[in-house]
Amino acid sequence: MLAKPRFRWLPMPYHSMLLFVTWLLLNNTVAPGHLVLGAFLALGIPMLTSGLSQPQPALHKPIKTARYALMVLGDIVTANLEVARQVLGPLDQLHPALIAMPLDIEGDLPITLLASTVSLTPGTVSSEVSQCRKFLYIHALTMTDEAELIATIKERYEKPLMEIFSC
Amino acid sequence: MNFVLELIVSIFLLIGGGFILVGSIGLMRLPDFMMRLHAPTKATTLGMGGLLIASMILFTLREPGHISVHELLITIFLFITAPVSAHMMAKTALHQKLKMISRTRGQELLDPASQQLAPPQTTEKVESPKA
Repeated sequence: MLAKPRFRWLPMPYHSMLLFVTWLLLNNTVAPGHLVLGAFLALGIPMLTSGLSQPQPALHKPIKTARYALMVLGDIVTANLEVARQVLGPLDQLHPALIAMPLDIEGDLPITLLASTVSLTPGTVSSEVSQCRKFLYIHALTMTDEAELIATIKERYEKPLMEIFSC
Repeated sequence: MNFVLELIVSIFLLIGGGFILVGSIGLMRLPDFMMRLHAPTKATTLGMGGLLIASMILFTLREPGHISVHELLITIFLFITAPVSAHMMAKTALHQKLKMISRTRGQELLDPASQQLAPPQTTEKVESPKA
């Protein structure tokens, strides 16, 4: 480990961009004063905090990422309609279940993304990750077939995520 | 123009309010904690979405040349925080070993899950051919 890492003007370019856009959105303006202040913050904050950042697996496929995000957005809408129907319908037709899904995906960030997606999409809430990071415990509001549910999650969410992070 | 604008905004407000109402009804009707968790995490996301879209349309079109997009930030924060808080509550419920209603399948997983262990499936599969 280097005692004094090389100084860089843009240690985290994506974070800088995100900070800049967030600042403008927060102030809801593109006035020149805010452009300057936002640029100052977007440059300054990463310079101060880059030493704390943990290396994360990089996103390799921006187009696939965008498509994944859109697909999840669509699934959130169907999830909402489905859960609304189940909540208002007869409750004794719901068959809740706790299942353990074996994970093929590796790394903390990809697992977090997968767990968040599972929580936001139809009828499932991720509730625990085993310490060995090999199993995700999922609670389903209603489940007909365990193998089918696991296969759906693996096919629909885990596979694209694995491609995105290429692991 | 003004009437049409108000009509569109009202429709989005009604959709949003409806989904939030459904989420609250679910919170009241569903029988156990883990099932109750489903209603607010899902129904509320779309409900908030409806309200924020209504807000964006109203404040963008009310004054010409003024664009209001900071509602997008709320949406992003909501999408980041909703699953995380649901996960934390589910995790706590598992560790407290809250009772689930009796027809819940897979209740034997409650014990390994609360200790963050792998499920005992592999050992079960080895044992079953013996019996």
